Amino acid sequence: MTLLELKNVSKCYTGTKPALSDVSFSVKEGEFVSVIGASGSGKTTLLRCINRMIEPSGGEISFNGIMVSKLRKSGLRKVRTKIGMVFQHHNLVERLTVIENVLHGRLGYKSTLAGVLGIYNSREKKQAYEILEILGILDLMHKRCDQISGGQKQRVGIARALVQNPKMILCDEPIASLDPGSSKIIMDYLKNICSDRGITLIISLHQVNVALNYSHRIIGFNKGTIHFDGPPSRLSPGRITEIYGAEQITESYEHSLAEAAG
Amino acid sequence: MPADIFANRRKNIFLFLAFIAALTTGSMVLTQFDPVNGLISILKAFFWGLSNFYPDVQSLSHITDILVKLRDTILMSIASSVAAAVLAMALALMGSRSTRIHVFFTYFSRGIGSFFRNVPLVAWAMVLMLSFSQSSLTGFLALFFGSLGFLTRAFMETLDEVGESTVEALKATGAAYYHIIFQAVLPSSLPQMLSWLLFMIETNIRDATLVGFLTGTGIGFLFDVYYKSFNYHVASLIVIVTVITVIAMESISNMVRREIL
Repeated sequence: MTLLELKNVSKCYTGTKPALSDVSFSVKEGEFVSVIGASGSGKTTLLRCINRMIEPSGGEISFNGIMVSKLRKSGLRKVRTKIGMVFQHHNLVERLTVIENVLHGRLGYKSTLAGVLGIYNSREKKQAYEILEILGILDLMHKRCDQISGGQKQRVGIARALVQNPKMILCDEPIASLDPGSSKIIMDYLKNICSDRGITLIISLHQVNVALNYSHRIIGFNKGTIHFDGPPSRLSPGRITEIYGAEQITESYEHSLAEAAG
Repeated sequence: MPADIFANRRKNIFLFLAFIAALTTGSMVLTQFDPVNGLISILKAFFWGLSNFYPDVQSLSHITDILVKLRDTILMSIASSVAAAVLAMALALMGSRSTRIHVFFTYFSRGIGSFFRNVPLVAWAMVLMLSFSQSSLTGFLALFFGSLGFLTRAFMETLDEVGESTVEALKATGAAYYHIIFQAVLPSSLPQMLSWLLFMIETNIRDATLVGFLTGTGIGFLFDVYYKSFNYHVASLIVIVTVITVIAMESISNMVRREIL
C-alpha cells in the first residue's frame, strides 16, 4: 500500500539554482528507503519538504491519503505527529533528562496546558520506558542529555521519534557525525524498527556502502533531480559515479563489495 | 606572498597606534588637559582622602540608620530588576529569531531595548522626577527602565543562542508554539537568563546609589546629606558599607551561578 507520494515537487530558494526540481516518487508502507547524493544535492531539502519543515515551492505531497501540501496549521500538526524525525545533530534539549526528551515526542497529542506543564499520563510513560529498553538506554533515563555520548544521544532522538507512534520516520543523515561503531548500532536499530514495527523509513546518507547494506530501495540525487531509483542490486558503479560525479566513490563501493564477499 | 602579509600586518599595527596617539594628543590639546597637573591632583585627592575621608568612632553611631537605608536600596534594586526581567522576557520571546512569530517583532523588541538602554540612568531619573517628584517610585522606575533595556537585549541574545535546532525538532513532532517555548526554549535558556538577572541586581545596587542622590531616597541620599554637611567620616562609612554590599552580592551571585550553569 502506498504511504507517501510526491508529485512534481520542487523547491527554489531565492537567488540560487533550484534545490529540488520536479521530484516524483512514491513509498510503500514498511519500506526502507535511502536517499544518497553529494552535499548540496537536495537530500535535506527533500526530507524537510515531506513534513513541510521547509515549504515546497510547487508540486503535491500526499501522506497516508492526506494532501500534506494543502494542509493548514492544525492539520499539519496532526500529520506531523505521524511522521517522526531524526536529525544529524540529535536536536535534543541538552539540559533536560533523557526521559524528558523522549516524552517530547508526545507533545503533538497534547492540549496546550498539558503540553506547557509537561503532564504525561502513565501509559505514555510506560511506552517511553519500553522504547528506551528496546534501544538499550533505559539505565540512562535520568541522565541529562549533555552527559551522554553522541551515539546515545542519537538513540534518544530515535526514541523521541518512536514515542510518537509514527507511521514513517525521516532520518536526516543520522550517522554523519558518529564513529563507525555507533553508526552500525544506530543503523541496526533503524533496520529493526522498520522490520519489527513496519514503520516506513526514509534516510538520507553519505555512505553508499551503508545504503547498499541496509535499504530495500535507494534513491540517488544529483542537483535536485532523481538520477537513480531502485533496489541496491541495480545500483552499478557507473550509476554511483553518475550520482556523485566523482571517481573515489566507486572505489569505496568496490571496497564494500569486497567486504561483503569476505 | 607570506612576507607581504607580515609586512602588511606590521604596517597596520603601526598605523593603528599612530591613530590612537594622534587622537589622544588632539583631544588633550582641544580640552587643554595638562597630564602633569592631572596626575598631581589625583595624588592630592588621594592624600586628602587619607587624612579626612575615613570613618571614626563617632560615625559608627549612625550605622543603624545607614543599614536601614541600605536595606531599602537593596530591596529596590531587586524589585526593579525582577520586574524588568518579567517584561524583558516577554519582549525577548517576541523578538528572538527562534521564537518570533514575525520578523517585525524583532525590530520592535530591539527598538524598545535600545531606547531604554541608551537613555542614561540619570536622564531617566531627572525626567521621572518631573512626574513623581522625589520619591522611591522615581528611583524604582529609573532603575526599571534601565534594566528593561539591558535585559531585553541580553535575553534576546540568550534565546538566539539556544538556536533553532530543538525548536525544529519539536515542531517536527507536531508540538504547538507554547509547547515548544515551555518544553524546549525556556529549559535551555533559563539558567543563562537567571545569571543575567543576578548581574542586573548587582549593577542596580551600584546604580541605586547614584539614582538616590537625585531622587532623595536610599543610601545615595544619605551619602549626599552627610557629604554636603562636611561630615566626611559618616560619608566614608556609607561608601565602605556600599562597597562591602556590592562585593557580597557579587560573590553570592557567583555561587548561585556555579550551581545553576
